[in-house]
Amino acid sequence: MPFFEAIRLALQQIWVQKLKSFFTLLGVMIGVTFLIAVVSIVGGMSRYMTDQVVGKIMAVNSFELRHRPNINIGDHGDEYWRELSRRPRIKESDIAPVAQVLPAGVKYAVVSYDNLTVQSKFVGKPKKVQTFTVGNDYFDIKRMAPSKGRMLSSQEFDRGMNAIVVGQDVADYFFPSLDPLNRELTIRGIPYTVVGVAEKQGSAFGISFDKFIVAPHKSPLNRFVNVHGVIDAVMVQTPSREGMLEAMELVRQVMRARRGLRPGQKDNFELETSDSALEFWNKIKGYLVIAGVALPAIGLVVGAIVIMNIMLVAVAERTREIGIRKALGAKRRDIMSQFLVESATLSTVGAAFGVATGFAFAQLIAAVTPLPAAVELWSVIVGISIGAGVGIVAGVYPASRASRLDPIDALRQE
Amino acid sequence: MSKDTVEAPLGMTAERQAVIAAQGAAPEKDWVIVTRGIKREYDMGGEIVRALRGVDIAIQRNEYVAIMGPSGSGKSTLMNVIGCLDTPSAGEYWLNGTQVSKMSDDALARVRNKEIGFVFQTFNLLPRATALHNVELPLVYAGVGADERKRRAREALERVQLGERIHHRPNELSGGQRQRVAIARALVNNPSILLADEPTGNLDSTTSEEIMRVFESLAAQGQTVIMVTHEPDIAAHARRVVVLRDGLVASDDRQSTFAEKLGIAAPSV
Repeated sequence: MPFFEAIRLALQQIWVQKLKSFFTLLGVMIGVTFLIAVVSIVGGMSRYMTDQVVGKIMAVNSFELRHRPNINIGDHGDEYWRELSRRPRIKESDIAPVAQVLPAGVKYAVVSYDNLTVQSKFVGKPKKVQTFTVGNDYFDIKRMAPSKGRMLSSQEFDRGMNAIVVGQDVADYFFPSLDPLNRELTIRGIPYTVVGVAEKQGSAFGISFDKFIVAPHKSPLNRFVNVHGVIDAVMVQTPSREGMLEAMELVRQVMRARRGLRPGQKDNFELETSDSALEFWNKIKGYLVIAGVALPAIGLVVGAIVIMNIMLVAVAERTREIGIRKALGAKRRDIMSQFLVESATLSTVGAAFGVATGFAFAQLIAAVTPLPAAVELWSVIVGISIGAGVGIVAGVYPASRASRLDPIDALRQE
Repeated sequence: MSKDTVEAPLGMTAERQAVIAAQGAAPEKDWVIVTRGIKREYDMGGEIVRALRGVDIAIQRNEYVAIMGPSGSGKSTLMNVIGCLDTPSAGEYWLNGTQVSKMSDDALARVRNKEIGFVFQTFNLLPRATALHNVELPLVYAGVGADERKRRAREALERVQLGERIHHRPNELSGGQRQRVAIARALVNNPSILLADEPTGNLDSTTSEEIMRVFESLAAQGQTVIMVTHEPDIAAHARRVVVLRDGLVASDDRQSTFAEKLGIAAPSV
């Protein structure tokens, strides 16, 4: 029997018994709904992590030379932490040799920070703020632009002037209903002039990215933030991803030479990229996707059992039809494929409805939560394929029973 | 045609006897059906039922044969064997020069599709399919393309004067019309034999006559027709009548002689 003929026949069968078909399809439909919804939500969370969380901390095509990873999510043993604590710090003296090996066109900036107590004339209560001292290319690498005033000038960088750029939250706190530009903040007894306010960076998981102060690396803050010439990181950004890997290798060689590491010894410094920061998230994501697939699987198993049951009923109800078809020359495989196609079509229709409701569900979640729902094409394809697969698996037994019916007995049935 | 012999069933010609006697040999092309000592036994819960106990029948192309017999005579079993729905426990069955008695299920399905056109007492149409689609079915299983299928199904329906009602479903047709759809379906693959099982059993006498006229005209056009019935007046339309009794051929006669004997040899039904 031609394939499309069989599908047409199956759809006709579904249409004739709409309500019964609907209940039959419910299991598969719910299974696929959850598959699509979970994958969409995990996908949305993933995008959120990449764009909103790590993307705000790490710039594009950039890496940071640090003494240990900045982002430490995950399950690490004691040995890991012991090894990290044994590592030497990155020093001011490392900057020049690292900068020297970087190819032309590559930007870099020293970055150090500490929580320092900050005070202003306008607010009585001092507050601890994350205060950065950074190199010239910092704003460029972070793609940070001013919402008010300007970013630090190269003159301010070179001379290490007492100029600062503040985050929106800092400006709001210390200069309530005042223009923060050209006003002063006092840190460790030294006044610094606000030259600009950075545009809002947003937040992730309720933590604001707008609570910061940025000062030139050479400013008087240096001795509070970079105690004993220790720096937190050198941030390097390359124009392309390939260039990034190349630059990472150059920096690695320089640092290994400076540290006197023999081949075979592990690096005792960190070259952190957004990928390494996302590694743990990707691991969580893997588990979530497995859970997102495993839970709907229960629905699909139930769906398969229901479909098998319905198909057995269909075979019993249509024994005479099977007898007629066999008398007219239908072979075993014709009958087999007719019922297989029917149960696969039934189940695929259920899966298609499941895709639609899963999609709606994901949109609903996107509408009421901050998570962006991203319906991924692969989950739709997987959903539909699973639907067809479940139908075929569930249909094998009923279809083979139908195909083995004796035509004489089948024709005798009323 | 020579006279009857003592051993052979009443009315069987020497020519037929010769064909049947040639054990294991493929019959000449002209012999559509040859059965040699066909037996069919069922195991009904430990009890062996001998439905057929050695049936010898030889039917030539273009014959119009009625198979008669009281219930329990084995005529339904014989019809199933001839229709390739069942295989004999012993004996040979040659259909159109091929031995089908030892074929597999799928091979039998192919033979049913190509060689046999069934007409049933209860019509056996697919209730949700239109007349056209019902007639198309054998062609579907023969692997004929959709356009060709439609064309041939339409032609077959026109042959039984149903060209106007091709898009009607069985429940929108009268009994006689349904049976004509079934006949069109049986003919659509140009089978070697048209095999009818009590074709008028569910029809009133007027409609029965109408269906019989269809059979007559098909037989007149050269179609081999085999009809199983227990009604003498229906069997009277055939040109040859085979009477079964207790799983054996009791008589096998041309219609002219059968008509004479009707009072004596006709089954008590």
